[in-house]
Amino acid sequence: MVATLKELAAKEDKLSPGHRLCAGCGASVVARMILNASTLPVVVASATGCMEVSTTIFPYTSWRSSFIHNAFENSGATMSGVEAAYRALKRKGKMKDEFNFVAFGGDGGTFDIGLQSLSGAFERGHRMLYVCYDNEAYMNTGIQRSGATPMGAWTTTSEVGKKQAGKIQHRKDLTGIMAAHGGYVAQASPSNWRDLVKKAEKAFAFDGPSFINVLAPCPRGWRFPSEQTIEFARLAVETCYWPLFEVEGGKYKINVKPKTKKPVTEWLKPQGRFKHLFKDVNADKLDELQKFVDDQWDRLLALESACRLD
Amino acid sequence: MARVEAITGNVAVAEAMRAVEPDVIGVYPITPQTIIVEAYAEYVAQGEVGTEFVAAESEHSAMSICVGAAAAGARTMTCTSSQGLALMWEELYIAAGLRLPIVMFDVNRSLSAPINIHCDHSDTMGARDSGWIQIFSENAQEAYDNFIQAVRIAEHPDVMLPVMVMMDGFVISHSIQRVELLDEDKVKKFVGEWKPDYPLLDADHPVTWGSFDGLGGFYFEYKKEQYDALQRAKDVSQEVAKEYAKLSGREYGLFEKYKMDDAEVAIVAAGSTAGTAKTVVDTYRQNGIKAGLIKIRLYRPFPAEEMVEALSGLKAAAVLDRSPGYDVLGGPIFQDIQSALYQSGTSVPLVNYIYGLGGRDVLVSHIEKAYEDILNVAKTGKVDKKVDYLGLKE
Repeated sequence: MVATLKELAAKEDKLSPGHRLCAGCGASVVARMILNASTLPVVVASATGCMEVSTTIFPYTSWRSSFIHNAFENSGATMSGVEAAYRALKRKGKMKDEFNFVAFGGDGGTFDIGLQSLSGAFERGHRMLYVCYDNEAYMNTGIQRSGATPMGAWTTTSEVGKKQAGKIQHRKDLTGIMAAHGGYVAQASPSNWRDLVKKAEKAFAFDGPSFINVLAPCPRGWRFPSEQTIEFARLAVETCYWPLFEVEGGKYKINVKPKTKKPVTEWLKPQGRFKHLFKDVNADKLDELQKFVDDQWDRLLALESACRLD
Repeated sequence: MARVEAITGNVAVAEAMRAVEPDVIGVYPITPQTIIVEAYAEYVAQGEVGTEFVAAESEHSAMSICVGAAAAGARTMTCTSSQGLALMWEELYIAAGLRLPIVMFDVNRSLSAPINIHCDHSDTMGARDSGWIQIFSENAQEAYDNFIQAVRIAEHPDVMLPVMVMMDGFVISHSIQRVELLDEDKVKKFVGEWKPDYPLLDADHPVTWGSFDGLGGFYFEYKKEQYDALQRAKDVSQEVAKEYAKLSGREYGLFEKYKMDDAEVAIVAAGSTAGTAKTVVDTYRQNGIKAGLIKIRLYRPFPAEEMVEALSGLKAAAVLDRSPGYDVLGGPIFQDIQSALYQSGTSVPLVNYIYGLGGRDVLVSHIEKAYEDILNVAKTGKVDKKVDYLGLKE
């Protein structure tokens, strides 16, 4: 049963106000929504990144739950250890409390450097939810490209110049990679809060590993006004750039199907990181991005209908 | 009653692990450590232990799992070798910095390249300044005894640091020796129940681990505290050893002095080579030559003062390093001892030998060569070659 907005608003946030994430940061919104979906106490792990450095500046902490930061590439493994400790201490009767386990990582910590650690944790079947707050680049270190950065996007390591128009390669289908592991896997957006909270609740109820990839728009890195974060998350869904779907027991289900698929340029154009794509010389790049989005959406529809057959 | 068994070093370590029965083991297989992992997996499969055995997908993750588990409040162990320890490098510093009493067994093996699966101490030496306590073992019995004591040293409130115990790969890990195993209930009583102060798994008292130390923070002071804790491990290791002696009848010092009372020349060595060196010392003694041996046990923190005291008065000494020292100053143990002597203003003519790399057999003739050289130094007072090699193919 999904909590109402009123019920959620009445809950004490496990990530307290006063943290030092930027105004308009998508990650903090995502973290609060996810954690509010837990009815049990939570142990939170975070990979090195914006969320970690901004919420744990010694001697302060923004976390009302237990929290651990270990390193960049290992929040999956670190939480595996916490969950293993929980199992052992429960079995030995040394502990009574019940917990949910949530590991956060940005796209750098998840798509790239932490992929092996996450894959291992999933394969071993730890009961934990891993949330990737995907802001599509290494934002904490100053907007460098990652495996999640879309083609054509400017970053400080995928520059725009005479011979290059931003990132050359398309982004990696991480949600698909995680779906191939089994468990409960979903993609969500803070613009669709009900869908996001429901997915988090499902993940917490699942007796095994779950993964939710959540788009977390970054005003600094994407170059848009900080009050428009949720708008950019919504446009990503409405253009089918960021489809909302879930994979349960290997079956794909698309949660939101826009009545009319908006052209991807509506999402791209207001973002400073794509500004150069709107020069005539880069028209082909826009076409390629639209094709990428269309192919991805068609593939998802096909996966969903294939799952309906049996 | 203690029982005597003929087992390999690896099985002795697995027996020690089983006797302690940690809450969590996070581990990854690597030669020559594998048999420890396999043996423990067997105990798990047979339901003999209540440990949560996490077979990680890499050593980096194995140590990351250990960090998470230990912070959560579990008594945590692992074991590795060689490249595995190298892959853990980042996490070693974090485990020590977070003051987590993780206990690890490192079965000593060389580091690539060229890839070589045999014994030397390169892996351990690469981690000598990671903030871990390091304890060398000569044989399977010591590996067993040291590993059990390591739990108490790590978890001591004055210390709270991870401990790495070592034995020589293959030479000890795979050779069958006589080992006296203690009753498991006595071992459990000796290590006691682990009660962490700030576990993650306490819903009423949430804690934040691994905080970010912003500019103007306390990193420097924290590191000083960590250093002080590491130094305290020296005395703590001796308290624990005394207590363990009551239980086992086997006494362990900071290092072992073999026929050192009236020695004029001595060799300093770590690991199984000390065993070979003892027989060489015995032969010299039979011939009326006052040779002795110092066997490294506690390597980090390095017991510098005690080492100087043990060496002072010698006419010459040789330090044997089973890892390559890539600078002109020699191998790591040699540099430690030379620094300790210099700082104390004690002068002992000192020679360094690099030996046994990549599992090169350590022969009696190699050790004799070292003694002959230092006997000559003792006579002439001159050191011709400060850093030399033993057993290198011509």
